[in-house]
Amino acid sequence: MVLNCRHVWDRISDYIDGSLDPSVRADVEQHLAHCEICSAVLDSTRNIIILMADDRVFELPVDFSQRLHACLDLVLATESPDPV
Amino acid sequence: MTMPQAAAGLQQEREAALIAAILAGDREKFHDLIRPYERQVYLTALTLVKNETEAEDVAQEAILRAYRKLAGFRGDAKFSTWLIAITLNEARSRLREEKRAIVDSLDDHDAQEGDYTPAALTDWREVPSEVLERQEIRALMQQAVAELPDTFRQVVILRDMEELSVNETAEALGISVALVKVRLHRARLLLQKRLVPLLRIGWKAKPKSGMLRRLPWF
Repeated sequence: MVLNCRHVWDRISDYIDGSLDPSVRADVEQHLAHCEICSAVLDSTRNIIILMADDRVFELPVDFSQRLHACLDLVLATESPDPV
Repeated sequence: MTMPQAAAGLQQEREAALIAAILAGDREKFHDLIRPYERQVYLTALTLVKNETEAEDVAQEAILRAYRKLAGFRGDAKFSTWLIAITLNEARSRLREEKRAIVDSLDDHDAQEGDYTPAALTDWREVPSEVLERQEIRALMQQAVAELPDTFRQVVILRDMEELSVNETAEALGISVALVKVRLHRARLLLQKRLVPLLRIGWKAKPKSGMLRRLPWF
């Protein structure tokens, strides 16, 4: 099946996640091989996803972990988990 | 987190042993159980309450709740998924208490086809790890994520930031796998459309910063 750009955009997320059917994937790749715009859309969308997974985008507040475990210490010292 | 099946199995075994020990009275082991998930819990809280101080409160409350309810964890779901579901509930109840904007209805218009056109630019292909050296880029990304509709933001945070699988994301949010996929796709395209022109401007502003290496994908 010959896909147009719109079809490819609709499938770009599944393409990146590797969840397209093999035949659809082949159609998308055939389009990408000839379409500079869709290739750029794919690249930039994948870049955004890579950036999103980088811990530096959303950093934990300073000393978050210390505060959490200090709070936990207080509770663990005095409480058992609830019975079922 | 995405990991090879064998490693995931080992982790699940380790967690099951920790949980058994905690329930048998070795409460201190809860520190070890929870440590790998602190960041995930905090970020999940932050996606809903959108305020760092409140997110920390919600994260603490969710983790304490998980401790208290630990005997109710059956092990049929992954511990991380169970913990994220508790965190989402905690954040939602916090929002309800404060009478703030509640999360979007689950039967919103996600299932309908919409016109989500990505930004079609050909000249932003920086190396992502180098892009993040710049604080302004991180700020742009944080803002773009914060501006997503709630339902889209939750999915993209769990899936793309916390790298849960599609199935785990669906389970944690209590929605179908199909709906996760639809929301994820739209969220990604919205982020792409919003960010790429901005990142391109940032790129052009610093043409000699050594960030122009092309990614190897094409």
